[in-house]
Amino acid sequence: MTSDLNFFFEVLFGGLLSGIMYSLVALGFVLIYKASGVFNFAQGSMVLFAALTFVGILEMGVPFWPALLLCLLVMMLLAVGIERIVLRPLVNQPPIALFMATIGLSYLLEGLGQGIWGTQVRALDLGIEDLPNEMIQEALGIQVSTFDLFSAGCAAVLVGGLALFFNKTRVGLALRAVADDHQAALAVGIPLQHVWAIVWAAAGLVALVAGLLWGSRLGVQFSLSLVALKALPVLILGGFTSVAGAIVGGLIIGASEKLAEVYISTFTGGAVAAIENWFPYMLALLFLLVRPQGLFGEKIIERV
Amino acid sequence: MAEQGKDLLVINNIEVIYDHVILVLKGVSLTVHDGAIVALLGANGAGKTTTLKAVSNLLRAERGEVTKGSILYKDKRIDSLTPNDLVKLGVVQVMEGRHCFEHLTVEENLLTGAHTRRDGRAEVMKDLEMVYRYFPRLKERRKSQAGYTSGGEQQMTAIGRALMARPNMILLDEPSMGLAPQLVEEIFEIVSELNKKEKVSFLLAEQNTMVALKYADYGYILENGRVVLDGEAKSLRENEDVKEFYLGLSTAGRKSFRDTKHYRRRKRWLA
Repeated sequence: MTSDLNFFFEVLFGGLLSGIMYSLVALGFVLIYKASGVFNFAQGSMVLFAALTFVGILEMGVPFWPALLLCLLVMMLLAVGIERIVLRPLVNQPPIALFMATIGLSYLLEGLGQGIWGTQVRALDLGIEDLPNEMIQEALGIQVSTFDLFSAGCAAVLVGGLALFFNKTRVGLALRAVADDHQAALAVGIPLQHVWAIVWAAAGLVALVAGLLWGSRLGVQFSLSLVALKALPVLILGGFTSVAGAIVGGLIIGASEKLAEVYISTFTGGAVAAIENWFPYMLALLFLLVRPQGLFGEKIIERV
Repeated sequence: MAEQGKDLLVINNIEVIYDHVILVLKGVSLTVHDGAIVALLGANGAGKTTTLKAVSNLLRAERGEVTKGSILYKDKRIDSLTPNDLVKLGVVQVMEGRHCFEHLTVEENLLTGAHTRRDGRAEVMKDLEMVYRYFPRLKERRKSQAGYTSGGEQQMTAIGRALMARPNMILLDEPSMGLAPQLVEEIFEIVSELNKKEKVSFLLAEQNTMVALKYADYGYILENGRVVLDGEAKSLRENEDVKEFYLGLSTAGRKSFRDTKHYRRRKRWLA
């Protein structure tokens, strides 16, 4: 019996931690959605672009930490460039126009990244083992991957930092103001350009972290840009506008898909297979019916 | 009436075109003296909001453009500045329909108004208290989400937010919109108090001609993108045409809406 229970907890923790990996990707979406009300189709490509750039710089013989800094710089420059070339001419256009622009941006980034750094699959070693952590195994008797724990730690630091930034700083307040009403923000003298550049830079930072963690797990290659698809149900569950929602949504999706995979498929005797692949989307669909703004999303305020 | 100083804002014969084709303002000129409340009156589509947005430069974000004429603030041309620069110079617009940040609290809304200021938190907090003195109702509701406050409270929040930038001049667009008559009076009382005590000049677009002329020093009447009449508020209030067209009063008794406007007299203004 205890081994059954242990197994349950193992699956649960494994799921929760892999959920955090989804959250990392979802975070980038949330940042940009908050500030510009636009679903950034290019977030997945940004993850790919960041990882490709990092690996590329490493291959040029630059040591780890300088490479990380350099890559961060590239992402910042990219953010400023996107603001100049894509966003600025589209101020006050309907959100759909901006959304279309991000689709174009996504193709551009995929092509650019692979054009510069090549299309072959590359390994990325962060020096952290994807093996069961021995300390936890001895203490609790559960197998939990050290790598998963490390990514959870990264996510926690990122989220903490972002939450502080949004709620406690002057720029954070301006960001939230812009998210609510572009025009009014302009009218009180908040420069939209700066705000957007800052938000895209932050999304670039998140993409970099996600790219490194996912890249070292899957290998750095084109399919990395598809992890964005896994972030979708997370966003629908957690709400497009909430940083906390991205995390909680990720935890729920991660845990439920792993549990469903293990328990429902054994229960049905393997008749229903590969549940992990579609379960999150079904959950998201059900959620849309009940609570379209997500768990932590901003309520649509309607005065009557 | 506050005593009036020299010219603060001068608009010289401006023309505004939206989307390169739609001519909205066809040569509007007006002057706001330092310390004055100037009303910009007219029906829907007359060009009141466009005039205000031309000054605050919010026009460009809507694909509008000032193609002719000039706008001077304190004797300097401001047509090519960004809204951000203008707020720093002391000109803030309060937009029509209030435009509060719905998901921020009332207090956060007010604080966003101080975004361009660099004089430190203590000064900003002092001004926050000043805003709460003028609008005690906002202090009670400081922690509520602005989206859930009443229309009057939102209008107060919008004006308070503009005040937080320490402006010399507020461009106030249709403050009476959607508010009960009593509340309209209350808002205008505060506006005139701000004008006297904080030395803020106002350029005020209004459809509610009666109230606007009661509180303003000077008025301009716009029709179809042109100024058709201007004068001291008092003389406008007594002008026969204004009474008939905008206040619904007429010496000839009630007129039916079937009758067209009395154009013979109006031609005199256009000439």
